Order: sequence, then structure tokens, then C-alpha cells
Amino acid sequence: MNDFSYTAAATAKEATGLLKDQPTATYLAGGTTLLDLMKANLLAPPHLVDVNPLPLTAIEQTPDGLRIGAMARMSAVGEHPLVVQGYPAVSKSLLLAASPQLRNMASIGGNLLQRTRCGYFRDAAFPCNKRVPGSGCPALEGDNHNLAVLGVSESCIATAYPGDLAVALAALDAVLTLENAKGKQRRVPITEFYLLPGRTPHKENVLEPGELIVAVTIPQAAHAQRSTYLKVRERSSYAYALASAAVGLDVQGGTIRTARVALGGVGAQPWRSREAEKVLTGQPATEATFRAAAAAALREAQPRKENAYKVDLVQNTLVRALQEVAG
Amino acid sequence: MEMEPNFADTNPKAGVVGQPLSRVDGRAKVTGAAKYSAEYNQLPGLVHAVLKTSDVARGRITGFDVSAARQVPGVLAIITHENIPKLAKTPNNPQDQQAMGPGAHMGFLPLTSDQVHYAAQPVAIVVADTLERAQHAAALLRVQISPETPVASFRDPKAEEFKPKEGRAAQLPKPRGNAQAAFAGAPIQLTATYEHAINHHNPMEPGATTAHWEAPDRLTVYDATQGIVWTQQALSVMLGLSADQVRVVNKFLGGGFGCKGSVWPHTVLAAQAARAMGRPVKLVLTRPQQFTGMGHREDQDQTLRLGATSEGKLLALLHEKTSTTSPWDAYAETNSKIVDLLYACPAFEATAKLAKANVMTSTFMRAPGEAPGSFAIESLMDDLAYRVGVDPLQIRLLNYADRDPSTGKPWSSKSLKECYARGAELFGWAKRNPKNGQMRQGKLLVGYGMASGTYPVHSGQGNARVRLYADGHAVVQAAATDLGTGTYTVITQTAADALGLAPENIRFELGDSQLPSTIVSGGSMAAGTVSSSVYLAAQDVWQKLTKVAVMDKKSPLFGAKPTDIEANGGRLQLKANPAKGEGFAEIMKRAMMTDLEGSATGRYGAGYESAQAALNAKQDAAGGKDDAAGHSMHSFGAHFCEVHVDPDLGTVRVKRWVSVIGGGRILNPKTARSQIMGGAIMGIGAALMEGTVRDPHLARYTNASLADYHVCVNADIPEMTVEFVDEKDPYINAMGVKGIGEISIVGTSAAVANAIYHATGRRLRSLPITPDKMLEALRQPA
Repeated sequence: MNDFSYTAAATAKEATGLLKDQPTATYLAGGTTLLDLMKANLLAPPHLVDVNPLPLTAIEQTPDGLRIGAMARMSAVGEHPLVVQGYPAVSKSLLLAASPQLRNMASIGGNLLQRTRCGYFRDAAFPCNKRVPGSGCPALEGDNHNLAVLGVSESCIATAYPGDLAVALAALDAVLTLENAKGKQRRVPITEFYLLPGRTPHKENVLEPGELIVAVTIPQAAHAQRSTYLKVRERSSYAYALASAAVGLDVQGGTIRTARVALGGVGAQPWRSREAEKVLTGQPATEATFRAAAAAALREAQPRKENAYKVDLVQNTLVRALQEVAG
Repeated sequence: MEMEPNFADTNPKAGVVGQPLSRVDGRAKVTGAAKYSAEYNQLPGLVHAVLKTSDVARGRITGFDVSAARQVPGVLAIITHENIPKLAKTPNNPQDQQAMGPGAHMGFLPLTSDQVHYAAQPVAIVVADTLERAQHAAALLRVQISPETPVASFRDPKAEEFKPKEGRAAQLPKPRGNAQAAFAGAPIQLTATYEHAINHHNPMEPGATTAHWEAPDRLTVYDATQGIVWTQQALSVMLGLSADQVRVVNKFLGGGFGCKGSVWPHTVLAAQAARAMGRPVKLVLTRPQQFTGMGHREDQDQTLRLGATSEGKLLALLHEKTSTTSPWDAYAETNSKIVDLLYACPAFEATAKLAKANVMTSTFMRAPGEAPGSFAIESLMDDLAYRVGVDPLQIRLLNYADRDPSTGKPWSSKSLKECYARGAELFGWAKRNPKNGQMRQGKLLVGYGMASGTYPVHSGQGNARVRLYADGHAVVQAAATDLGTGTYTVITQTAADALGLAPENIRFELGDSQLPSTIVSGGSMAAGTVSSSVYLAAQDVWQKLTKVAVMDKKSPLFGAKPTDIEANGGRLQLKANPAKGEGFAEIMKRAMMTDLEGSATGRYGAGYESAQAALNAKQDAAGGKDDAAGHSMHSFGAHFCEVHVDPDLGTVRVKRWVSVIGGGRILNPKTARSQIMGGAIMGIGAALMEGTVRDPHLARYTNASLADYHVCVNADIPEMTVEFVDEKDPYINAMGVKGIGEISIVGTSAAVANAIYHATGRRLRSLPITPDKMLEALRQPA
């Protein structure tokens, strides 16, 4: 780990102000990702701005939906009654992630910015286009068993976001509130927040330098209330998803009125599948419909040698999740 | 018959031996008072060393750019192959390695040349006043390496397979019968290939050494090692010192599983760095470095051919193994040993092939050979049962080996039938649907599986010292290590019974080469060897005290023949008239003795039986030799499990587990139960999730962390039932203890795979059985 300086910020304005003149500085929230990466010498920010003291921990109902402060902890959000009742997919995605200790530390904003678990990214001895642009991607012909099949490029096949929460948020149309040093806020749907790798896999999201995530808002909806998150992994806990599905359905009289589908563990970003939703909407809530939706979601899959199994696995995961919410 | 004293004879009613005593070191561990090898921070002038490792797996070092690293405040030295203090001998030279003894397993010591043989090989040591500064400087140190194309494994098209003529890989069981012909003529012929992933021991405590030169010719190392004496021997030869000039200390060990059995590069490098600095040096492996610092279980394929009669009686077994070894080594686990002797079979043959690749050497890992070997034989026996149409338990009884099929010797004891029967009863095996793919719970497929295990009682010996104080306390000493499995506790219990004292009045000291030397705590040998040594050392105390008593006019035993006297519960008394005698304290006080010391050598395994036979042979010189040294010595066990397979998601979860073990005398059923559970959990991990992935082109691990190398978590493990069969074995050592560290894992991965077969009708032969493999198998017709 490099030497770094440290400042604790009390407000968002102070925090963004501190980063304004130091483009290489980084915000420190729960630290569960950042400190790991610094200890492995993968990130070496010379200055950390601690945003833990920021008053951004509220979880409250607003006209736009449930607003969650970016500094709320994963465990607090996952267990919050408003989340459990109104957004079960969000609650489950949080409580199935990581371990209790990590969930007690990790913030919502930080969670959305976690980095890929691709083994080639996580070890500086390897080439990696995401870490060192242009250095190459050994994962293409190497260990890719838990890498992405959707939205990938010849430069990168990592699941840039390996976690769970953003998958549930992508399904439920969550909107991020970002604030810059001028105190100006903008709202970005989470489905437009992450960038596909293309030829620039080192650019993972639309955050401008110094911009801070201050809140996440999830609109209220019948399909949000009737939602779930299903996660498949090699061990029963403390493991990243091989495949996951966040789904929400509004079913009336056996017919699907609205549907929301996002997939995890398979996309270069949290993978909202409007193709699947199109297949589901207006159709009877039957296994045949669910299967057709799953097939539509994976039509563009580009599997490689060791992750080809994910094409089937995530379809089965999606069907199972849809069956669970359809009841 | 003249025999060494035997615990079963002198203590027919054991006191605390066999009782579920809680760990005597438990409080020290949970309060943090227990001091591990990286916690000797009070040493004067202690500095911190960090290893800088190679990015590439093969090449030559062409230079170092130390400029940035040197500027880090607090950096004291950057040690490379160019400036490291020279060793008297290195293990790179095979003759010198021999002189170092079994502890020099590593075979190749980094920083001896510009050669890079494997990814993450240490290439420099950075020493600084704090750990953080050393780490930072190591990150800034630039190493120039001219890379060469590495070989990644035996599967690499560039790899060249060969049949080893030396090394552990060449140590195969002798063939018997004509296995090829017997197989060719067998009515039933089964052939299958089994894949085993690279496994890493991953003890909670990584490799850690604190090296302190107390004088120019006197080194103390606080080292995370299972083998105090092995480390002492190897280090002293390398450093050009006599054995007594190297002191090795390990009071507490955070697990080992075999990877701390021998001495590894970081320990030697720490000693060299400390010599260079003239100050104590602490060096701890990072978790990623642990994956390339202390060996692993090698990637391997086994092809097993089985010939049987149409009723399912074995006619032939042919075992073939291919595995990866390092550029300088010929190591492989000997899987074929268990295939050779688990069942009665007239014809057997084993071959082994190796391919050198750019990897760190592999090493012993819990039940080396038996664990993966049992996966092959116990999976194929399950296939045989289905093929013949009998219950998997029945096929094993049909082929039960009443004698060791390999040597023809009788077993010293074998309770496998009892393990099967009790395990089946505890598990409810009778409720199993004989057809596979029939049992369900909702969407999940339910399967029952079982498998057998066995592990040898190796041959070994060790020393112990017992000092009995007239005030009713005793200090017991042996240079053993406690891996965390309960050695402190079980030896305290043994000493308590042998001395007739309460356990709280015994202090057992271990983990220091200044104590009586004993065997490595590995190969399941420690409990049997150390308990026997301590028991016999206590007998030595009684013999000495008997001499005092019979010469003491005031003793009721005055004038008695020493052989007519026995010790019982801390009392010396006449065998014929136990009322006549007195406690040790009275005898010692009258003789003005504050304490009395005894010592002994305890033998374990074949060495014990041979020694007893030799004693006997002396006595009946006229009648010729007693042929008692003729037993085959093994523990046996059976594992039963229920799995639930999700046919859509490919996930496999173990829902119930039963292990029944025949492991000789169980010194403490509580610590023993924990050890069996731990081994079974490790086996479930190997079956379902453990596997280190090496990039096929760059020969570097891609998941060298505990987040990405999956070991079981609590949520993966159901309630486990563990029982032991009461087993009395007079042939193996004075305590009748077989040791249970390894038997716990043998057969476990096959039990899981067999249950998966029962659940799904799909035979999975590649470990670990992850969802991708399960789904692929389910796509194929049953």
C-alpha cells in the first residue's frame, strides 16, 4: 500500500470540494473494496477523502419512491422494513451478499462502485486491459469460468460489477443522485450509469471526476413489491454469483401486466433485459412464457470456453425467480 | 512375555483418558494469550521482512531497479540473490538435500540464482522498520526478468510426460498377480478417469517465521511448523551450524494440514535476512503468497480399471496416475496405496506418470494419496454395485479384505464392518431407494451415498520427559506441535492417568527443540507417538521411585521385589496385595526428593511391534523368534451422506453427514469428534468447491485468495454425526492409539459423488463438482 493523506469530510459539499483540485484522490466510504485494492497495490490514490461522516444514511419514502442515502450500510438497508416490504429483491440482494461483517461496513454508494473479481484484474502481475489499457486480456483464452457472456468485447469479458445490489436496482428502475463540486445534482438511471467495456474497459461508469453518489431512489411499483432476487453460487454463502436474477412481476388474473428483469454474474454490467420483459408483458404467467423470456434475454450471449454453462444456468435461474414471484 | 508396559494393562480403567475434556489451551486461545510465530514482537530491534515475488512463471532475472524502493523511509535492506548471505548448503543440490532430512522437501531455494522457475517465486526480500514500509518498498521495487514460455501443467501441450524413477512419485505398491490378463478376462470390466483439481491447505495462520540470531552461531526461529525437529535439522545443515545451535520454537499453530510439515523458503530466507541485518526479522506470507509458498495438492488424473466377476467380486485393479510436478522435483501423492489394499483383490498394478511444469512443488496435504485415491476406488466400487445390482454397502462387504491384500499380513485391528453397520444405522441407510434418481424433495433431487476410508499407522518414534513433583504437580515435555487439533489436551490427559494426577496439576510443554525430540506432527502420528512416549516416561518415573521405595525401611514396600510392585493412581503397591503400598508423595518426601524425572522413547507403528518382538526374541532365544512383527496397521472408517441437487441450477448441498471411525483408542472424544468433522468438511470442500486455477498460458494462479478459492462456510455444512468404534489394538503402540488426522478426510469426496449419482444418475468424476459440471452432466442422458 502506498502512503496517502487523509481528510474526513463532514458534508457532500466539503467532500466534492476536496476532490475538485485533486483528480487522483478517492472517496473512502466503508472501505471494503477500496482498502483491498490498495493493499494489493491495484489502486494507489495519494489522498483519501473520508465520506463516512456525511449525513447520507437516511432511508425514507419520497414522492419519487424510496430514497436511500449513499452512506447507509448494506445491512441497515437490507433489513429495513420499507425495503423488505416494498422491494424484496433489493433486500435479498443485500442480505445474500458478502458476509455480515462486510455488510455492516459497506455503504450503498460504495457497493455500486465495487470492482470486478476477475482474477486477472485482481493480480497486478497479469496483463489486464481494464487495469492497464492496451496490455491485453488473458481471460479470453484463460480462466473465464465466472466472467461475462453478455455485453462483452474483445478487450474485456469481466463482470465489471460482480455484486448483487445493482442488479436488483437495475431491475427496479432505480435512479442515482450524483453531486459535483459545484453542489449541482444530477439524476442518472442506474441502467445508464454503467458503461459497456467496448474498447475502453477501464471506463466503467459515467461518474465525472469528483462526482459523488449521494442517494439511490427506487420508484414504488406493484412489480417492485412482488419482486425477488435469486443468486446461484458455488458455496452457500460468502461467494459472488455465478448467475443471479432480479425480477419483479405485476400479475393480475394470471396475466403479466408489467415485468422487470435484470441478470447478474453474466453481464459486463448489471444486465437489465428489456428483451425478456417484452416477452413477459401481457402474457400468461406460465413456465412457457418464462422460458421464452429467458431465451430472449440470452439471445445475444457470447460465451467462451469455460463460461458457456452460464447461458443455460442464468436462464434456469431467471425462470426459477419468475416462478417464485408468480407464485 | 517381556513387553514394554502397555496402557491397557496398567490402566485397565482409564481415568481422564477417553473423557471429553475441553481444550486445556482453549482459554489462552480465545483471550489472545496464546502466542503464535508472528507474535514475538518484543524481541529487541525486531524488523520486518516482505517477500517480493516474480510476476512471470519462467525466466531469468536480469536486474533490479531499487531506486524508488530505497527511498521509502525506514527501508533497511533489499536482499536479492546478488547480495544474500551465502548458505553452507542448499537443497538445490540433491546430496545436500539428503543431508537435510525429510524437512527439506522444497528441493529448490529461491534467491540462489537468477533462475525463475514458477510464478510468484520470491526474488527479493525487503526489510524495513515497519511492516507497512516494507510492503510499500516491495511494491516499488522493480525486478527485470527476461521471460520464457512456461509450462502450466501436465495438461499443457508443451508438457512432457515421464515415468519417475526416483522421488515419492516412484514409490508405488508392488504389483501382484497378472492384472492385465485378469482384467482382460473379467466378466465385468469398468474403466474410468478421475480428475482432481489443485487444492491448497490454506490454514488460517499463514507461513510465518521470526528469526533471531542470539549469537553469531546461535539461531532461534519461531516458526509456524508442524515439524520442530525437521526444521531444526534442515536449517542447521543449510546454515552450516550443528543441530543444537538452531532452536526451533512453536507454541501454537493455526492449522497446517501438511503444508507446515517441512521447511519452506520463507523460513530459510528469514534466517538469512536476520543474519544480514544483525537483528531479529519477522517474515509472514501474505495469503496470495501462501498459495505459492508452502506447496499444494497437485493437479492430477487417475485412470482406474476394475475387473470383477458377474457377482461383483474383484479380479483385477489397475491404477494409473498422471500429475504435475515442479521443474526440480519428482513428487506425487501415492494414490495407488489405498487402491491396493482397501479390498480383497488377487491382481493389482499401479503406474505413475509425471510432467514437469513451472509450478511450486506440491507437497503432503491431509491424507496425501489416500484422499484422491479413495475418490477413484470408492467411486468405481459404487459403479460396480449398480452394475451388479447390489447395495453399495453390500459390494464392499462382498470384497472385504480380512487380511492386507498387499502384504498378506493380518490386520493389527480392523473395525470397518462395525463402521459400516453403525454408520448405516445412524444414517438410516436402509431407507435408501435402491434405484437412483427416485428420491425428491420439492424440485430437489435427493441422494444417499457412502464410501470407506483407510489410512496407515506409519512407523515412527519420539521422546518425552516427565518430571513429577512431590507436591503433586508434574511437568511433561516433548518437542511436538499442536496444530490446533488438541495435542496439548490429549497428552495432558495421558499424563494425568499415567501419573494418577488431576489434569489441572499437569503442565504439558511442547513446541521447542530444546525439549525431548519427537516426530513431525503429521501423518496422523503425533497422538500415538507422543502419548506413548509420555506414558512410558511416566512408567520410568515409577520404576525409579520403586527402587527408592524398596530400599526405604520406612516404606511398606521395603524389601519387596520391584517386579512385584505396580503403580496405580499415583500409588506404588504390591500387585498381589494392593492394600500394601503408599502414594508417591510420601516416598519422595521421606527421601528428601522435591521431584523425580523419567524419560522414554515411545514407538509407533511397525517400529513398536518390531521392538516388542525383539524383546520377546531375546527372552525365548531357545524357542526362536517370535513372529509378532507381522501386522498391517491401519485405521478405517465409513462416511455416509445425503445430498440435495438442484437440477436446474446445478448446485449440490450436503444435508446430512455421518462418519464412523475405527481409530484405535480415542484419547478424547470431544477433540477427536472435532477433528473428524474438520476432515470431513475439508473433504466436502474438495468434493464441491475447492480448486486453485492456474492460467493455462501464464502458469500463474488466478484465484489465490480466500474470497476466490472457496472453502466451505458454515452454511455449507449440516449437522454432523461422528462416532468411534471401540477398538483395542495391542500391536501399534503402548497406548493403542492409531491417530485420526487423516482418516477423517479419506473417502469423503467419493461419498458426496456417490450420493450425487444416487440423486441424479449422473457420475461426476471431476473434482470439484461445481454447478457448471453438474449442469453439463445433467444435460447428458442418465
